[in-house]
Amino acid sequence: MKISKLLKNPSGSKGEPHSNRIVVSSRVRLARNLQRFPFPGWAKKADRQKIIETIRPVVADLPEMENAAINEIMDQFTVVDKQVLVERHLISREHAAKNFGSGVVIDANMNLSLMINEEDHLRMQAIFNGLELESAWKMISKVDNELEETLDFAFSQKLGYLTACPTNVGTGMRASAMLHLPALVLSEQINQIIQAVNKLGLAVRGLYGEGTEASGNLFQISNQTTLGETEAEIIERLRRVINQIIEHEENARATLLEKRALTVNDQVGRSFGILTNAYSMSSKESMNLLSMMRLGVDLGMFDEIVRSIVDELFIASQPAHLQKSISRKLNAEERDLLRGELIRDRLSLLEKPKIRKIQPPESNEEKA
Amino acid sequence: METRGIGNIKMMVCDICKSNDATVHLTQIVGGKMKKVNLCEGCSKEKGVQDPTGFSMADMLLGLGTGDEMESVSESGTICPGCGFTLADFKKLGRLGCSQCYKTFAEGLESVIKMMHKAEMHVGKKPARAIHNLEVTERLEALRTELEKAVGKENFENAAALRDEIEAIKKQL
Repeated sequence: MKISKLLKNPSGSKGEPHSNRIVVSSRVRLARNLQRFPFPGWAKKADRQKIIETIRPVVADLPEMENAAINEIMDQFTVVDKQVLVERHLISREHAAKNFGSGVVIDANMNLSLMINEEDHLRMQAIFNGLELESAWKMISKVDNELEETLDFAFSQKLGYLTACPTNVGTGMRASAMLHLPALVLSEQINQIIQAVNKLGLAVRGLYGEGTEASGNLFQISNQTTLGETEAEIIERLRRVINQIIEHEENARATLLEKRALTVNDQVGRSFGILTNAYSMSSKESMNLLSMMRLGVDLGMFDEIVRSIVDELFIASQPAHLQKSISRKLNAEERDLLRGELIRDRLSLLEKPKIRKIQPPESNEEKA
Repeated sequence: METRGIGNIKMMVCDICKSNDATVHLTQIVGGKMKKVNLCEGCSKEKGVQDPTGFSMADMLLGLGTGDEMESVSESGTICPGCGFTLADFKKLGRLGCSQCYKTFAEGLESVIKMMHKAEMHVGKKPARAIHNLEVTERLEALRTELEKAVGKENFENAAALRDEIEAIKKQL
């Protein structure tokens, strides 16, 4: 199993690392189906087998899939292996529940992931670090063109690409970006932002997509509709909104430093203190504290090099990654102990955060 | 939507028990309006929410009715010739059976799709080879009709030219 190889490369090599302080990653996925076969959820076992036998060799033959990191049927993975892939955003949570008759192929750089027999016959995605929606679209569209030369995709002139769920019909495209928005959360503006974004026809979700809670101040923003706009128009619309959110987050950070430097010093210092000293650490707590550390890096309170340590810990401290690292199943309590140890170890040589200068209050006392 | 703060993060409260924090969030479009349902771990398990994207989930949970269009079409009992799917299955699963279902249930789906996307027509990327084949097939059909007409009128010179053209186009497929 090549899953262990993933662990040696914790942050992946997804494009330019850290090209953006606020946008953590960008992803574009396309849904495609073969003509003449039922969709995976309705197909009988024999049909699902035929579908994967039709698609998998064509996918494996892609020039992009030379030296593929992973090319497997889902029943070849353990539960923990699948969860590692979910934590890396390389497969969906729904696909992790699949076994016989479903598969996944992932390229050597872990930018490209193609799921076979997920909700649709083919779900393919490109994922990059930073704000790279256009690069992700370019890469996945090229793969789509290459596959289309051999595979007969279900397509209608009126409705576009036909998908198992009518919510994906048309382009079959979901473009999304993962944003780190600690200042908007601290200044309690985040709910307003989410509502405004929803009104613009975009969806805001938690770390692992639909139905998940936002932890670590990470939010996923994506297009809600897939019909009636070109892919380029959807991506442009998404990018414009993301740029506005970035601006709001930057403003919120500036305001925080100007008016609530004490809060910033306290939150970042407190997070550093707990992370470097705690012996038992839940996943949720570590996510939120690491988020404050990342903010500290952005605000110049830690050296820039700390960013890669923090980003690495975001992934390495996830439950399945922890279990994979010591190759045995752990209960929640054992995981929390191991997580505490891992984080203490990685942060042990860091210097304390540099304190931000506190502006003297003008007239009213500062609210802490 | 009720919210409350835990530390710095606003938590939503479960729509059913109104006491626990909601950790399962469902969004769906019912009758052209977006409905959001937020549930806690316990209530979501109790209600058997395994597929959070299920189409009729919000209706089932909150006891709401669905659009009349789907209702009347589902009663007609149409079965997809491609995969044996019915609209009752769609209401249950929230997914269609095969790509042909879009044709089979076009009447009922049209309004659903229009409500979801606020659009009716695809303007994005098209699969080049499939489109080429589709156009070639259409061209062939047209030429064959012309050929029949030419033969009917005993215009054999024209018919021979048409036949040659058809043969040439067939090679493109």
